[in-house]
Amino acid sequence: MNKFISLTLRIWRQKRPNEKGQFETYPAKDISTDISILEMLDVINEQLTLEGKDPIAFDHDCREGICGMCGAVVNGHPHGSEKGTTLCQLHMRHFSDGDTIVIEPWRSRAFPIIKDLAVDRSALDRIIQAGGYISVNTGGAPDANAIPIAQEAADKAMDAAACIGCGACVAACPNASAMLFSGAKISHLALLPQGKPEAAKRAIHMLMAMDALGFGNCSNERECEVQCPKEISIVNIARMNREFLKASFFSSEK
Amino acid sequence: MSLDAKIPGGPLADKWDRHRFELKLVNPANKRKFEIIVVGTGLAGSSASASLAELGYNVKTFCIQDSPRRAHSIAAQGGINAAKNYPNDGDSIWRLFYDTVKGGDFRAREANVYRLAQISNTIIDHCVAQGIPFARDYGGLLANRSFGGAQVSRTFYARGQTGQQLLLGAYSALSRQIAEKKIEMYPRREMLDLVIIDGQARGIVARNLISGEIERYAADAVVICTGGYGNVFFLSTNAMASNASATFRIYKKGAYFANPCFTQIHPTCIPVHGTYQAKLTLMSESLRNDGRVWVPKNPEDKISPQQIPESERNYYLEEKYPSFGNLAPRDVASRSAKEQCDMGKGVGETGLAVYLDFADAIKRDGKEEIEKKYGNLFQMYEKITGENPYETPMMIYPAVHYTMGGLWVDYNLMSTIDGLFVLGEANFSDHGANRLGASALMQGLADGYFIIPYTIGGYLAGTNLPELSTEHLAFKEAVSAVESQIKTLLSINGKRTVDDIHRELGLIMWDYCGMSRNNNGLQEARGRVQKLRAEFWENVIVPGSDKDFNQSLERACRVADFLEFGELMIIDALDRQESCGGHFNEAYQTEENEAQRDDENFCHVSAWEYTGADNEPNFHKEPLSFENVELTQRSYK
Ligand SMILES: Cc1cc2nc3c(=O)[nH]c(=O)nc-3n(C[C@H](O)[C@H](O)[C@H](O)COP(=O)(O)OP(=O)(O)OC[C@H]3O[C@@H](n4cnc5c(N)ncnc54)[C@H](O)[C@@H]3O)c2cc1C
Ligand code: FES
Repeated sequence: MNKFISLTLRIWRQKRPNEKGQFETYPAKDISTDISILEMLDVINEQLTLEGKDPIAFDHDCREGICGMCGAVVNGHPHGSEKGTTLCQLHMRHFSDGDTIVIEPWRSRAFPIIKDLAVDRSALDRIIQAGGYISVNTGGAPDANAIPIAQEAADKAMDAAACIGCGACVAACPNASAMLFSGAKISHLALLPQGKPEAAKRAIHMLMAMDALGFGNCSNERECEVQCPKEISIVNIARMNREFLKASFFSSEK
Repeated sequence: MSLDAKIPGGPLADKWDRHRFELKLVNPANKRKFEIIVVGTGLAGSSASASLAELGYNVKTFCIQDSPRRAHSIAAQGGINAAKNYPNDGDSIWRLFYDTVKGGDFRAREANVYRLAQISNTIIDHCVAQGIPFARDYGGLLANRSFGGAQVSRTFYARGQTGQQLLLGAYSALSRQIAEKKIEMYPRREMLDLVIIDGQARGIVARNLISGEIERYAADAVVICTGGYGNVFFLSTNAMASNASATFRIYKKGAYFANPCFTQIHPTCIPVHGTYQAKLTLMSESLRNDGRVWVPKNPEDKISPQQIPESERNYYLEEKYPSFGNLAPRDVASRSAKEQCDMGKGVGETGLAVYLDFADAIKRDGKEEIEKKYGNLFQMYEKITGENPYETPMMIYPAVHYTMGGLWVDYNLMSTIDGLFVLGEANFSDHGANRLGASALMQGLADGYFIIPYTIGGYLAGTNLPELSTEHLAFKEAVSAVESQIKTLLSINGKRTVDDIHRELGLIMWDYCGMSRNNNGLQEARGRVQKLRAEFWENVIVPGSDKDFNQSLERACRVADFLEFGELMIIDALDRQESCGGHFNEAYQTEENEAQRDDENFCHVSAWEYTGADNEPNFHKEPLSFENVELTQRSYK
């Protein structure tokens, strides 16, 4: 049922990438518990605008948990502490009257801050560019049913492919590693027969790109899995490591 | 003037083959001499960029989001159609073609739709080769389901995330070409104007959304894949950044806009909850396969729905449409829900909702079976509403979902401006007055993977394209026009926010130019939109500066365009004195309250030409002729 609560917000404000930022405090009065945390930020921004102040910058687009554009650390947790939930799907009914909510951007060397809560995640695109694809040109594919794929393999591939590329795993990791992100793509493709021919090359190139882009290494903290809004499993990291080892031992690809 | 769609001659089934043969080819070695701009990275834009780059063209691709992978296509849930007939249940290219023409209420071009149905099969082949994890049967072959009331199972899907998986496939192909340096990717850019030189589209002007710089890009052809304009209604299922600016500004530069009043309202969305809501969430149509739609007979009953006895429930779709029941097409189901709510039968806090009940399905198949089919949707519903649909019936209400109108294009997908191609939801071409479920993904990918690679070659090979730099006067003029509009917006410093005005525009459009329309209401709405537009330019407040990451300014530019575009929709709705598909004028309905077409006078595409700020647009007509299907009254009884 719809209720109204009042909260105190502590939000990271930073004008430009290299400028110093700081937390600012904003009261949020009579917030409907039916709205999402982003809709609450909309309300605050309307107020700031009318007061002649600069509204809070934050990224968002689909507002239904699939585009991966939104993201911020809420009370210490990427996308907040609700399990399997993106920021845009985090509703105010999970907070109580009088709460203080601290909202800050992803913090990672690989994700420079653009403004306030918005960060530059283009490094994730560059990992994909390093090999997160199957090299087929348009045209000339065989009939879609030419290669049967066991339901289980297809399901596992889909589990991995569900990644929305939001970067929460990086934000959650003490080493700012992008292993879950990379592992998900490598697994998705390695699990399917179409992806096998390039599996070795893909694993090596994507991991090399990850290093070069300033992401850290994996030390099995498992925070990424806990915080992932799509609940992608770290089994995918293990699978990636296997692909990588196979590649480094048996393949001429270096 | 009558518009020439350049439909090739010959029998329907041979047109595309014949056309491909007749199109001029660009010599492989020459392809690298051409620059192509693609705006948008949804299914249409990503697939076009990748395919053109694979052929050897130099491509520059633009999108608003921080990554091309986040385009609105990512949110499509239900699936993609193809005429594979894997289930052996009677599907064929011809049937897909026929269903699409009929579903569109006979306001689409036969030749385009037929080509779409032909290409549909190739799309699935290509997507599987890319590694898209479509659902499979136990034997490992691809699974299909029936969708949106289709009588055959022709929809391919990847759980409830088909759009995501198809887009990530196209994005991976795009990424590969970026790595090969055949595509230069420009994310966080918003195209604000088209540059036309000697009648040819030769470039764009875009705002760098981080630095605020207005940048210029030149090319030999421009491909627009910027999606639909549903956000003119403020509340819709479209992503927040979806907009009409690119297409509308191109219209103002001379391209014709076709059928702007054709919008689709989807029957199963989560109802509006309050004034601060920013967007609406779609619940996949597949839910209607098992859910039963009803309202209480006595709206005074304020008891919980489970306590309302069978005899006090009105399953209005099943009653009105015994053979299609809860699976009646989108426009029909939406209007029926509105009808019930208008009669005061609606439920929920606002009275603008109807129940979608799974109790019988759970009784019949067991909770586990229902969970297997719809688990992720039920979870999403619970996340948003805080209610458990296994126990309490869902509440749903129609919402704006898709726009069939768009820039007018010929058979080559070229607009009325030479060298300006329009693909995906941004064009008007294939869905007539109503789109069938799972056909937008098919169309976006058909346009991008399999049509534009041929037709753009035909254009480039046969056109004289003089050398050009971004120092050309036309670029300078476009930049200064854009800059001066931005300056004005920042200097008004009034008292209403952009969203506040946008919300009001949305309500006007929803009330008068939404699910059902009448002439008085449309006239009224036109006056109100004009007044609101005037107020916007006097009283809007846009904070911040132009040379900055300024999201309020981004929205202000889009809303400025919506305020003009909304009026064009109304003009088009007023002009079309018939009902068809998503355009329902109350004066034209059958005895059974279905849309009553007027084929004698309105079997055409309406294409509008801009004639200046305060002038009426010019009307152009593309007559539609149906040689292969018979025009019939749609009936879903
Ligand atoms: C919730 C939902 C579910 C759906 N489910 C289905 C389904 O199951 N099956 C189906 O067939 N269809 C479905 N549809 C419809 C379908 O998703 C869309 O019609 C289709 O994805 C549109 O693709 P597109 O490539 O044309 O445009 P979009 O995906 O909308 O992409 C537009 C692109 O253009 C860019 N852009 C826009 N303006 C500018 C500008 N000015 N400058 C630079 N870039 C710009 C954007 O950044 C984006 O990259 C659904 C739609 C919604 C809303
Ligand atoms: S806005 Fe798309 S995932 Fe949150």
